[in-house]
Amino acid sequence: MPFSPDIPPMTARTEHRGEVLPLVARALGLWRDGRTLLDNVDLRVEVGPLTVIMGPNGAGKSLLLRLLAGLIAPDAGSVTWAGRAPDRVRIKRLGFVFQAPVLLRRSVADNLRYALRAAGIPKAEWHERTASALAEVGLDRLADAPARVLSGGEQQKLALARALAPGPEVLLMDEPTANLDPTATAAIEDRVGRARDAGTTIVFVTHDLGQAKRLAGRVVFLHRGRVTEDAPAARFFDAPASEPAAAFIEGRLLP
Amino acid sequence: MIRRVLFTPALVALALSTILTLPAFAAERFITVQSTTSTQNSGLFDAILLQFTAATGIAVRVIAVGTGQALKNARNGDGDVLLVHAKPAEEKFVADGFGMKRFDVMYNDFVIVGPAADPAGISGGRDAPKALTTIASKKALFASRGDDSGTHKKELGLWKAAGVDPTGASGTWYRETGSGMGATLNAAVGMAAYTLSDRATWIAYANKGDFEIHVEGDKQLFNQYGVILVNPAKHPHVKAADGQAFIDWLIGPAGQDAIAAYTVGGQQLFYPNAGGE
Amino acid sequence: MQDLSGAFAEAFRLLLDLDADLMEIVGLSLRVSLTAVVAAALIALPLGAALAVTRFPGRGAVLVTLNALMGLPPVVVGLVVYLALSRAGPLGPLGLLYTPEAMILAQMLLVIPIVAAVTRQTVEDLRAEYDEQLRVFGVGPMGMVATLLWEGRFSLLTALLAGFGRAVAEVGAVIIVGGNINHVTRVMTTAIALETSKGNLALALGLGIILLLIAVAVNAAVMTVRRTPRHAVLA
Repeated sequence: MPFSPDIPPMTARTEHRGEVLPLVARALGLWRDGRTLLDNVDLRVEVGPLTVIMGPNGAGKSLLLRLLAGLIAPDAGSVTWAGRAPDRVRIKRLGFVFQAPVLLRRSVADNLRYALRAAGIPKAEWHERTASALAEVGLDRLADAPARVLSGGEQQKLALARALAPGPEVLLMDEPTANLDPTATAAIEDRVGRARDAGTTIVFVTHDLGQAKRLAGRVVFLHRGRVTEDAPAARFFDAPASEPAAAFIEGRLLP
Repeated sequence: MIRRVLFTPALVALALSTILTLPAFAAERFITVQSTTSTQNSGLFDAILLQFTAATGIAVRVIAVGTGQALKNARNGDGDVLLVHAKPAEEKFVADGFGMKRFDVMYNDFVIVGPAADPAGISGGRDAPKALTTIASKKALFASRGDDSGTHKKELGLWKAAGVDPTGASGTWYRETGSGMGATLNAAVGMAAYTLSDRATWIAYANKGDFEIHVEGDKQLFNQYGVILVNPAKHPHVKAADGQAFIDWLIGPAGQDAIAAYTVGGQQLFYPNAGGE
Repeated sequence: MQDLSGAFAEAFRLLLDLDADLMEIVGLSLRVSLTAVVAAALIALPLGAALAVTRFPGRGAVLVTLNALMGLPPVVVGLVVYLALSRAGPLGPLGLLYTPEAMILAQMLLVIPIVAAVTRQTVEDLRAEYDEQLRVFGVGPMGMVATLLWEGRFSLLTALLAGFGRAVAEVGAVIIVGGNINHVTRVMTTAIALETSKGNLALALGLGIILLLIAVAVNAAVMTVRRTPRHAVLA
C-alpha cells in the first residue's frame, strides 16, 4: 500500500473537533463529458501540518480543492465537515484563496469589511481586524485605495488577508502564487507560514516543487485524478513511494 | 462609506421628493372636455376658459385631439363634455345613447389655402368642389388631414360633391398626413400643397410662409361646432352637474360674448350661434 | 435657417424670463420622468437580477422578448396604457387617465425593459466572476444578488440614464395618456408638439433646446456623484 489515508501524520495531536475539521473526503469521483477527472480520492484533513496537494497540470488539484470547499458536488463519494455535509453556515469558517484573486469593486478596507460581515464577525471587531489583517500583509497604507487598481501581487495579498481576517478554521489555497513574481510569492508564503504557525489549518495546492518543499508538512500527490501518495513532507521528498511522484520530483516528464 | 452616503440615498431622496410633490394636483374641482385641435390651436380655449373658471370655480381640462378620436374617447367615458365639429357624427353619438342633448355653440368656416403661386389657378373661386376638381385634374399637390377628424370628414364630403375620389392618388399628388390641423399646415407649407383648414386655426397659425387663402365663402364650407354632455347613465362617473354648468355657460350670454370677443390680429375666429336646433 | 437662430433666441429669452408656465412644464417633466425611472428601477433591477441568476424553461424566450421590448414604440405603450386606464378599460375606476400618474405609468413601461435587460446582462457577467468567491463567503442567493447589483452599479447607472433619456424625450405615450392638459399634464415634449402644430417653430425648437439642457444637467449631476477618485476604476 502506497499510503494510508486513515492514519495521517501527527494523529495524536488532533483531539480538536471544529465546525469544519476534520474535513474528510471519501471515495470522491468526478466525471465530465466521459472523462474521469477524479477517481476514488480519499483525503482527511485535521488540525495539524500544512498539507500541500501537488501534482502536474490537469491532475485534478483545483477540482479536489473545490470539492473540499463544497463548491462542486462530487459524482461519487462524499465530503464531510466535522462529520456532516458542507453547508452555507459553516463555510464561513473556511477561507479560500483563488489562483486569480476576485476582488470587489470597492476599497481595500471595504473588501475586508465585506468578508467580516459575511462571516458574521461582530461590527465592533471590524476596525481592529481590518487594521491588523492589512498590516500583516503590508497593505495598511492602501486601505482606502480601490482594490481593483492594486498590482497583481497586492491583489493576492489582499485576497489572502481577506480570507484570514475572520480567523478561519481552515484555509484552502489554489495555486495562489502561480501568476506572481518571486518577491510577491515570498510575501504570500511568509504570511501563509505565519498563519500556519498561529494554528490555522491550511491546504495548499501547487505544482511548484520548490514551494512545496518550503511550505509542506504533508504532501498529497495527485496524478490523473488519483491520489498516488500521501505522506509527511520529509519522507515524500526523500523517498517518494509512487512512480509518478518520483518522476515529478526528479523533473522527469510524466507519461 | 462616503460613497454610499452620496450615492444610493441621493437617488432615493430624489425619488421621494418627486413622488411626494406629485399629489399637488389632486384636490382641484374640474371637468374634462374632449375637443378638437382647432379649438385649442386657435387659442380660443386659453382665452375663454379662465372666465368660466373664475365664474364657477370649475377648472376645465381640455384634451385636444381629432374629432374622430374625441368621439371615441368620449364613448369610452374619458371625458365629461364633448365639443367637436362633425354634426352627423355628433348626432349619431347622441342617438347611440352616449351623449345627452346636442347644442350648437358657434361656427366659422373652412378655407382652401395654398402657395401664393397658385399652381392650379383656383384663386378667387367661391365653389369649393369646383376648386378641388381643378386641383385633381392638374394633379396639384393637396395635403389631407387623413385622420378621421371633423376637418377630414368635411374634406371628404367636398371631394364627393366634386365627383372625385382622391384616395386612388394617395401618395402621388394627394398626400394624407394623418396628423392634426397644425401639423398638416406645416406639411402643406413645407411641400407647397393646397389644404383645407378651418379659418380659426389658419388665422392663429404662425408659420404661413407665402401661403394665402384661395377659396372661401362657399356655403358648403360652413363649420358648425356642437357641445354634448356625455351620458351619465352610460358612465356614472361623469360629472353631469359641472359639465352641464359648462354647457349652460357656453351657450348662455357670458360664453357667447366671450367667443365673439376672441380675436387674433383683429380678426374674429368664431361666431357664436347657440339657440339653433 | 431663420427658425434655427430664432430658436436659440427663444430658448435664451425663455430661460432669462424664468417664465412661470415654462418652469411649471419643466418641473412636471422632471417629476414625471424621474419618478418613472426610479419606479422602473425598483422593478427592473430585481427583475433583471432574478433573470440573471435563475434558470427555467422558456428563459431564452423571455430574454429575447425583454431585449425586443427595448424598441417598443412609445405610442404603442401609450395606447396600451390608455386602453387600461380608460373609463371603459379594466383600470378605469381608478380615474387615472389624463393625470401625471398615468404618464409616470406609461414612461415606467418604456424604461423597465431597458433597465431590466442591462441589469440582466451586467449581473450575469459579474456572477460568472464572483460566484465561487461569494459562495465561499457563505453569501446566500439574496445577498449575492444585492452584492452583484452593487458591483455593477456604474453599468446600471448608465442604464438608468438611458432610461431617463427615453422617458423625458418621448411624446407618443404621454400625449395619449396625459392629454397635454395645460397646467396639469403638459410636459416639455407635448408642449413642443403643441407649439409645432401652432406653427410656432422657433418657440418649439427653443423648448427643445431647453429639454436638451435639462438632459445634460441631469447626466452631469449623476456623473459628478460618481466621479470621485475612488471610483476611477470601473473594470
